[in-house]
Amino acid sequence: MLRWLIGGGREPQGLAEKSSVQTIGEEQTQNPYTELLVLKGHQDIVRFLVQIDDYRFASAGDDGIIFLWNAQTGEKLYELHGHTHKITAIAPFSSSDVTEEKTDLIISASADRTVIVWDCANGRQVQKVSCFHSTVKCLTVLQRLNVWLSGGSDLCVWNQKLDLLCKTSHLTDAGISALVELPKNCIAAAVGKELIIFRLSASNNGSEGWSILEVKRLVDHQDNISSLVSVNDLTFVTGSHIGELIVWDALDWTKQASECNFWDSSVHPDVQPEIKLSQSPHETSVQHLTSDEQCVFAAVGKGIYVYNLQMKRVIACQRTAHDSSVLHIEKLPNRQLISCSEDGSVRIWELREKQQLPAEPVPTGFFNMWGFGRANKQANQAAKKMHENTPVYFLELVGDLIGHSSAVQMFLYFGELGLATCSADHLIILWKDGERESSLRSLTLFKKLAQSGDLQLRL
Amino acid sequence: MISAPDVVAFTREEELEDDLYREPPLPEEYSVPLFPFAGQGANPWAKVAGSKFTRDFILISEFSEQVGPQPLLTIPDDAKVSGTFDLNYFSLRIMSVDYQASFVGHPPGSAYPKLNFVEDSKVVLGDSKEGAFAYVHHLTLYDLEARGFVRPFCMAYISADEHKIMQQFQELSTEFSKASECLKTGNRKAFANELEKKLKDLDYTRTVLHNETEQQKKANDKGYYTTQAIEKANELASVEKSIIEHQDLLRQIRSYPYRKLKDSEFHPYEPECALDRADVGSDHDPAASDSTEPGETPLYTHVPSYTPKLIKAKSAKCFDKKLKTLEELCDVYFFTQTLDQLHHIERTFRGDVCYLLTEQISRALLKQQSVTNFLFEDVSFLDEKPPEKQYRGCQGLGQDAIDEKCSEESLAPKVVISLGSYKSSVECVPIKMEQEMEDSEEPKMSESVMSEPQENLDYLDADIKGSISSGESIEVLGTEKSGSGLTKSESQASLPVMPSPQAGRSKVGSRRTVSEDSIEVLSTCPSESLIPEDFKASYPSAINEEPYVDDDEGGLRFTPRANPGVDDGQDDVSKQESLVQVDAACCIGKESPNFLGQKPCEEDGVVRIPPQPYRPAEQGLRGGFPSHDGLSGGLLPYELDSRYLSGSREVSKSSLDECSDSTSYMSSAASTCSDRTPSPAHLGSAAGERHRKRAGQNALRFIRQYPFAHPAIYSLLSGRTLVVLGEDEAMVKKLVTALSIFVPNCSAYAKPVKHWVTSALHLVDFQKWKLIGLQRAVSPAGVNVLHALSRYSRYLSILDADSKTLRCPLYKGTVVTRLADHRTQIKRGSTYYMHVQSVLTQLCSKAFLFTFCHHLHLPISERESEESVVSRRMNFLKLQLGLVNEDIKIVQYLAELLKLHYIQEPGQGGNPLLRFDYVPSFLYKI
Repeated sequence: MLRWLIGGGREPQGLAEKSSVQTIGEEQTQNPYTELLVLKGHQDIVRFLVQIDDYRFASAGDDGIIFLWNAQTGEKLYELHGHTHKITAIAPFSSSDVTEEKTDLIISASADRTVIVWDCANGRQVQKVSCFHSTVKCLTVLQRLNVWLSGGSDLCVWNQKLDLLCKTSHLTDAGISALVELPKNCIAAAVGKELIIFRLSASNNGSEGWSILEVKRLVDHQDNISSLVSVNDLTFVTGSHIGELIVWDALDWTKQASECNFWDSSVHPDVQPEIKLSQSPHETSVQHLTSDEQCVFAAVGKGIYVYNLQMKRVIACQRTAHDSSVLHIEKLPNRQLISCSEDGSVRIWELREKQQLPAEPVPTGFFNMWGFGRANKQANQAAKKMHENTPVYFLELVGDLIGHSSAVQMFLYFGELGLATCSADHLIILWKDGERESSLRSLTLFKKLAQSGDLQLRL
Repeated sequence: MISAPDVVAFTREEELEDDLYREPPLPEEYSVPLFPFAGQGANPWAKVAGSKFTRDFILISEFSEQVGPQPLLTIPDDAKVSGTFDLNYFSLRIMSVDYQASFVGHPPGSAYPKLNFVEDSKVVLGDSKEGAFAYVHHLTLYDLEARGFVRPFCMAYISADEHKIMQQFQELSTEFSKASECLKTGNRKAFANELEKKLKDLDYTRTVLHNETEQQKKANDKGYYTTQAIEKANELASVEKSIIEHQDLLRQIRSYPYRKLKDSEFHPYEPECALDRADVGSDHDPAASDSTEPGETPLYTHVPSYTPKLIKAKSAKCFDKKLKTLEELCDVYFFTQTLDQLHHIERTFRGDVCYLLTEQISRALLKQQSVTNFLFEDVSFLDEKPPEKQYRGCQGLGQDAIDEKCSEESLAPKVVISLGSYKSSVECVPIKMEQEMEDSEEPKMSESVMSEPQENLDYLDADIKGSISSGESIEVLGTEKSGSGLTKSESQASLPVMPSPQAGRSKVGSRRTVSEDSIEVLSTCPSESLIPEDFKASYPSAINEEPYVDDDEGGLRFTPRANPGVDDGQDDVSKQESLVQVDAACCIGKESPNFLGQKPCEEDGVVRIPPQPYRPAEQGLRGGFPSHDGLSGGLLPYELDSRYLSGSREVSKSSLDECSDSTSYMSSAASTCSDRTPSPAHLGSAAGERHRKRAGQNALRFIRQYPFAHPAIYSLLSGRTLVVLGEDEAMVKKLVTALSIFVPNCSAYAKPVKHWVTSALHLVDFQKWKLIGLQRAVSPAGVNVLHALSRYSRYLSILDADSKTLRCPLYKGTVVTRLADHRTQIKRGSTYYMHVQSVLTQLCSKAFLFTFCHHLHLPISERESEESVVSRRMNFLKLQLGLVNEDIKIVQYLAELLKLHYIQEPGQGGNPLLRFDYVPSFLYKI
């Protein structure tokens, strides 16, 4: 295509030529997103999208503004101004009062060392806290306890009215990079290479008194922990910058399993020279983790890996799912997986079980990584071993969404309403199912006709 | 455009710009001898080839009180146009048919001179000697120095084609009324100014005289008055009388607009642009001297520069005094405005009548398609208020309306009572009438006004030819009732009235004996409502009758447009049965499928039926809606269509008698709306016209040059952005212009076309623009541009103008094939443009049907599954609308635009959305 445009063989070493990234072409029958809406408003990189309820979401980014959007119509509901610096964390918080009325709130933290609570119903600032010594880098809401936590250089616990309930001592200058809630009122915080478990307890002498205690420090990671996700009540997973993935028991905080070299290039000597040239921590960094009951999906460098918790191994992967780092992945209910990347594209994958045909060579998916080379024989043997006892899975690309001109930071899946993606090009794009939208519009049209009396509905 | 009048003879001045396609000249021996009358601009279609002027023009004449009728100016102001035509003679002719009931001066029993505000009269006049036919519009302007304060003027549209004048009478009347209203507004302003000056003079004179008298009184303490003193006193008295008279005049002229405004139907001349309104909308402007408040005391302070002069007791009755020119009479600004308007008229009515009619019909029909017309139509073209054709030239409506009226009146006799207040000015015209003009004569005249061209031609053969040979001329006169400033006499309204149509009609059609060899048909009307002529004419009343003001008193408000449409469709089913053509007229509104009817024989766009005057149907969405029954019962486009076309013609023949009844009504209705229509902003469509022509020409060239024109056009029609890539800006822009005629508009006001872009494209651009000209550059920036193209290639079709390649999805449908046939015989750009518009309109109608058919999108019963709705939808597209393959996508895209447009709340911009398909593209090369 590009070559045709430029004409002749003058093409520079372009992406299309060299990349081993799987491409799908223009015919994507399984891709439902045939309509898009561009939501403009932000003036800088949009980094966060949070869902508020079934049809609303908020976006925030480096311009310090938070926008509330209607996911169905793309209508801009509110513009929340209050932060002077870029926003570093945002979390939805639905609080129920004594009156049982549910109010949707948003908590946002910014590099200006403030945290603001917003009311989504009217777009007003409810409260603002500015007593922080450092930037709050993560926010977690413990809905069960009706408190929320802010993680910066220390960990603070707040109640709904923004009273500081308790806080830890100064932990680190770098600050807490991730927080996750664990059973039994425990919280896991990623601080540098360490994973610290805290326990939150109400003190005996009253409901208002809370205390937070450090229970355990886990120092198994060799590098900074970059992602932390809770799988279920029994398990949580961490990933680090150099590509370690550790599965933890959520109750006794012991290491259940760990993988550290499944993306290690040394396993694949044939591609090693090439990787070495461009190897950087980024290449193997676990950018994002997500999970369903059985599997953990890891965005590692440019690739996506599916790790089965029961089998304790990677069951499928796309080593180069994107042209550059995958920033966010999410599992959809229908066995599909969506990933977005710095290359500006969003891709939809489907985890498929491969029909076992032993005589056939292994063409795609996970086994792609074994190319032709010295380790060929060995690898084949390994593959054969797997064949014998387990079904083989692979990730098939079923569609890609190209719209952003810069890195897609995050996306939000709204089920039927579509998919919202946000990007460094300051835009948010709402991807929608064209068929569905079309029939919805017809419905609206006939409603309007009936209202204006232009039509007698004869059913 | 509804029809592609390929075979219509164009006499429009269109330069043959397409040198490329011009046929090589034939050798001399094979060439057909030229049309004998061929002069400059002449053509064999000209009705009277022997006319002494080359094309239509507008003549303004005045009946000067010093020299009699004289021509003042012509538009266009070109000696070549009028040629050897005798303007002086023609001025005499047209000024001699002024039926304005102008009565100015001292009415008996009134102390002061009375200004009458006379309505214009409109006359059609034929002169076989000159080979000229004219629409003549008489008007009077006020001049303080003139006899009776009035100066009669007339504007005439002169054409060699009698047919044209007849067919376009209504339009001409409307347009000329605007010009006239403009002139008169300016004239009122100037007249008031003049009066004020005069008043100041008089005031000054009085002061001077008064002083002199006082001095004489002082100097003379004897008991008697000298003759000198008496003379002075008399002089003073006459000056004072004069002051009162002039004040009265001033009050009258000032109160005119106010009084007229109470008449809800009066629309003062309003300048086009709002900016001008401040200083020109003189009727309301305090700075202008004629204020609207009748009770306001005159303040002279705002004319400070004027120094009063002494007025001599006896003004010189000089015949050598110079009369004011037209320009002086009505304020320079208004004069130029009027000239603009007249130029506009000249432009508008230039060309063959067939062309004008076709244009008007298509425009009127397009106006009706209020839901779909934003897609492909030029919005400015549609915004332009089309000439009101509704009231005449339509047998169906007219007859029906008459019927409607009659039944209404018989049902509610009260209504008739108010008719007593109507009167016709005909009886008051001091012309000897002979009541020998029979019904048999009149219908024929009326026929020429209202029936279709075919009929007219027959009629022409029968009558006009004869009259030409006998040196007779034909005049059709429409006079408006003159309204004066008197208050309404209530007593008139209560006259008991018995309708007697027969008597009335014979009065209306009457022969005049002033010129022995001319036939004139007078039709008059009170301008306010649609009263059958029969009733009006039979109740003559005083000339100073107050116009019909209060509708409520009569208990009947005639709403000409709504009544017939609503009633004949819904209530009077029986009537419908008896009047087939009514039915036909309704078909337009009620069963839109008619127009969709894709007649296979019409493939080549041969028009076999001459253009017919537009049949109005009820405006608006309701009228335009397909009925569900009609659809579920299957579309019968062919049947309906043929009935519509043939039926109407037959009926128009068969119902001549009935027509005769409605004739006078017709013409009266015509004049009704003439003066009452608001003067809308008239956008010059000349620029648009030129653009269309050029675009059409380029498009024609494109489809001939590029074998892959079809997929490219398909891309545009299906909403896929087409990027024209090239190094040469001019070439790219040309291509973009060519292709722009295929681009559906997303909203009413933005054509999604960008002619030239030099920077890299972004997704947002594809939402906004559907056709983009893009620069190909060799610089690094250029590479970025190409990278962006490559990246977004799934949303784009790319036409490389340099290497002549196209990359876009496959097209296997048939619509575009018809739209862009590279072997087409069409040679002119504008013709091709019309062809395109006609095909696109067809597409629009399909999209409309598809969009607004309820059960195609929603389940009929609650239990119905989504799949069956989808399959029904596809069946409809394939079977009912006859779409194949990719054509479905075109209609679906248009339907989507329609939905968005309809749903969108007014005022709210609405998010532009981008729809796309994941379909493979192919590379086309020449």
